[in-house]
Amino acid sequence: MAIVASVALLITEHRSHRLDALRATLSVIVDPLKYLVDLPTVLIEQTADSVSSYSTLKKENTRLREEQFIDKTRLLKFDSLEKENIRLRALLENSFKLGEQLLIAELLSINTAPYENIVVVNKGTRFGVHPQQPVLDANGVVGQVFRALPFSSEIMLITDPNHAIPVQVNRNGLLTIAVGSGQLNRLNLPFLPNNADIRPGDLLITSGLGGTFPSGYPVAIVDDFTPMSNKPFVNITATPKAMLDRNRELLIVWSDSSPVSLSSPPASHEKTPETVPNDPSTKSSLVHVVPDQTRPDTARDAQPAAKGLTPQPSEGRPTGTNRNNQPAASGLAHKTPAGTRAGANRGDNQPAGSGTTRKTPEGARAGTDRDE
Amino acid sequence: MNSYSGFGRITLTIIIAMCLRIVPWPGFLSSINPDWVLLVLIYWTVAVPERIGIFHAWTVGLLTDVLTGRVFGQYALAYTLIVYFCLILHKRLRQFPLPQQGLFIFFCLLFSQMLLFWLKNIQHPAQLHTSFWLPVFIGTLCWPLIYTALRRVRLSRRTK
Repeated sequence: MAIVASVALLITEHRSHRLDALRATLSVIVDPLKYLVDLPTVLIEQTADSVSSYSTLKKENTRLREEQFIDKTRLLKFDSLEKENIRLRALLENSFKLGEQLLIAELLSINTAPYENIVVVNKGTRFGVHPQQPVLDANGVVGQVFRALPFSSEIMLITDPNHAIPVQVNRNGLLTIAVGSGQLNRLNLPFLPNNADIRPGDLLITSGLGGTFPSGYPVAIVDDFTPMSNKPFVNITATPKAMLDRNRELLIVWSDSSPVSLSSPPASHEKTPETVPNDPSTKSSLVHVVPDQTRPDTARDAQPAAKGLTPQPSEGRPTGTNRNNQPAASGLAHKTPAGTRAGANRGDNQPAGSGTTRKTPEGARAGTDRDE
Repeated sequence: MNSYSGFGRITLTIIIAMCLRIVPWPGFLSSINPDWVLLVLIYWTVAVPERIGIFHAWTVGLLTDVLTGRVFGQYALAYTLIVYFCLILHKRLRQFPLPQQGLFIFFCLLFSQMLLFWLKNIQHPAQLHTSFWLPVFIGTLCWPLIYTALRRVRLSRRTK
């Protein structure tokens, strides 16, 4: 009986995603164990925090302040560069993606299975995390959400043998795919020909193809290049930029799958929702700009004629902004390009450019180009 | 001792085993971490076969699947089969001296590991490390430890 049930479960799980609900339910039972195992690490960290001396804290504070100052100064430039980029892309009639929401998740120090580069973090579907979300850290791409459970989620690192990430060489834009090697400090680039223009030290960034990872984030640095004249493809290895084995904090990203309007530059609000017109959810720290979803057809019809026409915010009735499963104070920080739809599509049947954009994580999930 | 409290003790040991399963052992130790849940399950099956049955094994296996993020049913199947063998052989196993029990445990763990590898290989071609079999050996070496520890737990207030 039980054997039949197990085999049935195995087959069902392998074929479909119908058992996700069951898994979520059962995970509620066993997830406390994960937190229990993680507890000693947390306690040690807290103790270390509480007994660290005044001078250490002072030093750290100064250092962080300096870092923040430098970063802020860099960001000053970034804002104008971003707008310039959008303007230039408008000239090229090309679309541009921006607007990402971030959620800080902490690694649970547990080890579910050896030989698999899968880690568990403490944020789950209760925070709106969903599978295939990109995960970053301060240095680069870490991986993607592999399975989201209510209280935790599993993240597949880019070095997992079953993981591949579309990348491009930052120096010349050469596109390729980086495949995980199983070792935490190595990626393989198996699909490059012998005469490819790639050198040791080249920075690999995400290309944005495939739609899972937003473009432009550093992934790895090429470290070895051995041309083999007897084989069609060279064997290139790269070292991930992200500190895969050292970081405890990770960033889960809701990348915005909608292209940004071209002719009208987006007003990038990083402020409180009060600055966004027609946003009723002023209490929320989430900024959602949700156009009326019931009229995608009219918007789609109007779009080719008036490319780049930004629908007035009054058209866009913000609906259902503060989702019930979105705790408002969950540390979501993000930019909101207000009125950022009706951009040129990227050639595919992406509904995002047709007035159905939603700045919610749900909206990001609804993007059609992220199913790779 | 009433049966409820005995059941609580069994549950507690299984929970501890599950914790040991996912504790991040440093470096090399993590790759030789034996299947504690299975060892504990085998002990209780042999010791109190009237209390642990196929269904319990299946449930525990399912929870282990969720805990370790495996495909559903993988551990459930392995645990069910092994507990079934143990239920059949429990009378004989109790008579065995510890080394002979160890041999049986070795084959149980080996079977479980082979089953897991086979199931994994069906889903997608997996490569086999030599150290993949190490948990089996370490688990066998751990058996006397678990046996004595759990025996003490069982006999401390006569769960039975």
